[in-house]
Amino acid sequence: MTAASPTHARPFLGLNVERRYRLLYKPAVFLAGLVPIAWIASHLLGWFGLLPAVDPVKFLELEFGQTALNFILLTLMITPVRQLAGLTHLPRLRRMLGLFAFFYAALHFTVYVVLDLDLNWRMVGADIIKRPYITVGFTALLLLIPLAVTSTQRMMRRLGKRWTKLHRLIYLIAILGVWHYYWQVKLDVREPLLYAGILALLLGYRAVRSLRKRAPQRTSKRPGGMCGHAVAAACDDIHTA
Amino acid sequence: MAARIPRIAPSEITPPEVYFNRRAFLTGALAAGAGAALGRAGAAIVPAQSGAPLGYTLDAAQSVDALVHAPGQNEQPNTWEQITHYNNYYEFGTGKSDPAEYAGQLKTRPWNVVVDGEAEVTGNFPLEEFLNPYALEERIYRFRCVEAWSMVIPWVGFPLATLLKRFKPTSRAKYVAFQTLYRPSQMPGQRLDILQWPYREGLRIDEAMNPLAFMVVGLYGRVLPNQSGAPLRLIVPWKYGFKGIKAIVRITFVENQPATTWSQAAPDEYGFYANVNPDVPHPRWSQATERRIGNPFFHERQPTLMFNGYANEVAYLYKGMDLHRYF
Repeated sequence: MTAASPTHARPFLGLNVERRYRLLYKPAVFLAGLVPIAWIASHLLGWFGLLPAVDPVKFLELEFGQTALNFILLTLMITPVRQLAGLTHLPRLRRMLGLFAFFYAALHFTVYVVLDLDLNWRMVGADIIKRPYITVGFTALLLLIPLAVTSTQRMMRRLGKRWTKLHRLIYLIAILGVWHYYWQVKLDVREPLLYAGILALLLGYRAVRSLRKRAPQRTSKRPGGMCGHAVAAACDDIHTA
Repeated sequence: MAARIPRIAPSEITPPEVYFNRRAFLTGALAAGAGAALGRAGAAIVPAQSGAPLGYTLDAAQSVDALVHAPGQNEQPNTWEQITHYNNYYEFGTGKSDPAEYAGQLKTRPWNVVVDGEAEVTGNFPLEEFLNPYALEERIYRFRCVEAWSMVIPWVGFPLATLLKRFKPTSRAKYVAFQTLYRPSQMPGQRLDILQWPYREGLRIDEAMNPLAFMVVGLYGRVLPNQSGAPLRLIVPWKYGFKGIKAIVRITFVENQPATTWSQAAPDEYGFYANVNPDVPHPRWSQATERRIGNPFFHERQPTLMFNGYANEVAYLYKGMDLHRYF
């Protein structure tokens, strides 16, 4: 709870924080990232007494798409959670979350092309050009590709500052993704609006922080207002990091 | 996740193969002149219990299988499971499986239907009385949803025209308006302001009198399950599925085009006519093709036919009309 005390100083299972991430947390996140596959397969095949989906194609399309969005939002949660909860090493999980987002987005697109449109490329082309919600979704997928390609340590080193700039694309991708979801819903937009709300919070948090950073020294040292505590904790985190 | 309503055991459902064999048998028997032995032709007994066998005899002469025939299309009817577990029925929720999960709580008896407006005979009729004069028949129709998926469904019911003529509509009856039950206590979706409740639909009187327009009380020879629109629903096979209003409690003959729920909700996306038309796309998606539920993977998509393949029967209704404008 207290962000100020560096919890990672305590050994856990005799492992230091580096090894905990490498041997415990990362494998756990990897397995968790595959859970949606198991869940989707169970529904599709009617395992565990679940009713098999009547329209498996739509089901796969929706589930893969939603899972991709979930992972995009998770990658965007890393920074606020690190800052608010003082989990300095949390960003080590971000690459994997981002790659899962790309993986599920690619599955989503594959189902759409192969199962929904039966590999009719003329229809795929027409959809991408003529259907705005598909244009938007396809753009988001295309923009994810450079991020996935440059996700390695080597690319990070090679690109340096430009890497950070490039990976800011995720904000645009997230907006396009939620927009794509919102636009294809027939009428009941409650769920897309929930995604939009969460995304607005995540982006809003960043906007507020960067504004505060630019604000005069007086406010940045002892921030008051609604999120005073949170920002104070974040400041502590920066000091301890 | 809420608890599921008890499911009908598969053993209680006549499998499609058996069902259609029995049907063929009945047809053969009737043709052989043995019809009298099979019961009172035209007598319709509609039990209240959803999924119970319908007490009626299929009248081979009235069956309209021939209408379903559309070259190059898979005409195999969808299974009971598919038809009853993939429904758009927002009164029970917006998910496709919500109706199957929540429609069980709807009480379909006692049930009354009000008939009013521009007609000589009007009144409030108990469902039983309302149905009795009509011989039930089966119609295997293509069903095309505006969301670009489709099924083939063996409905049981009677022609809408037979019903409407009974009330002697006057010359001012230019349209027929329908209304669904409003009962939020048993229709949880009505507690949300997603659509304007109660659901309303309508047809031009000549559309309503077309022999294909069909009032449905059964499915696969059984009482229509709640999630499919029990106890009484409309099917207009050449129009998008949302025209097929469910759980009807009111039929009104009117002079002016009535307001309909989806065209109120999004007038630029859903029109009053809502004829299946591959050439008029929905503003957000194409209507040129459709995914037939149950088709094998990689071959799900098939071209959508003008008027859902019923052009020969209904195209005359729209002669001279700009179907891009009156979509």
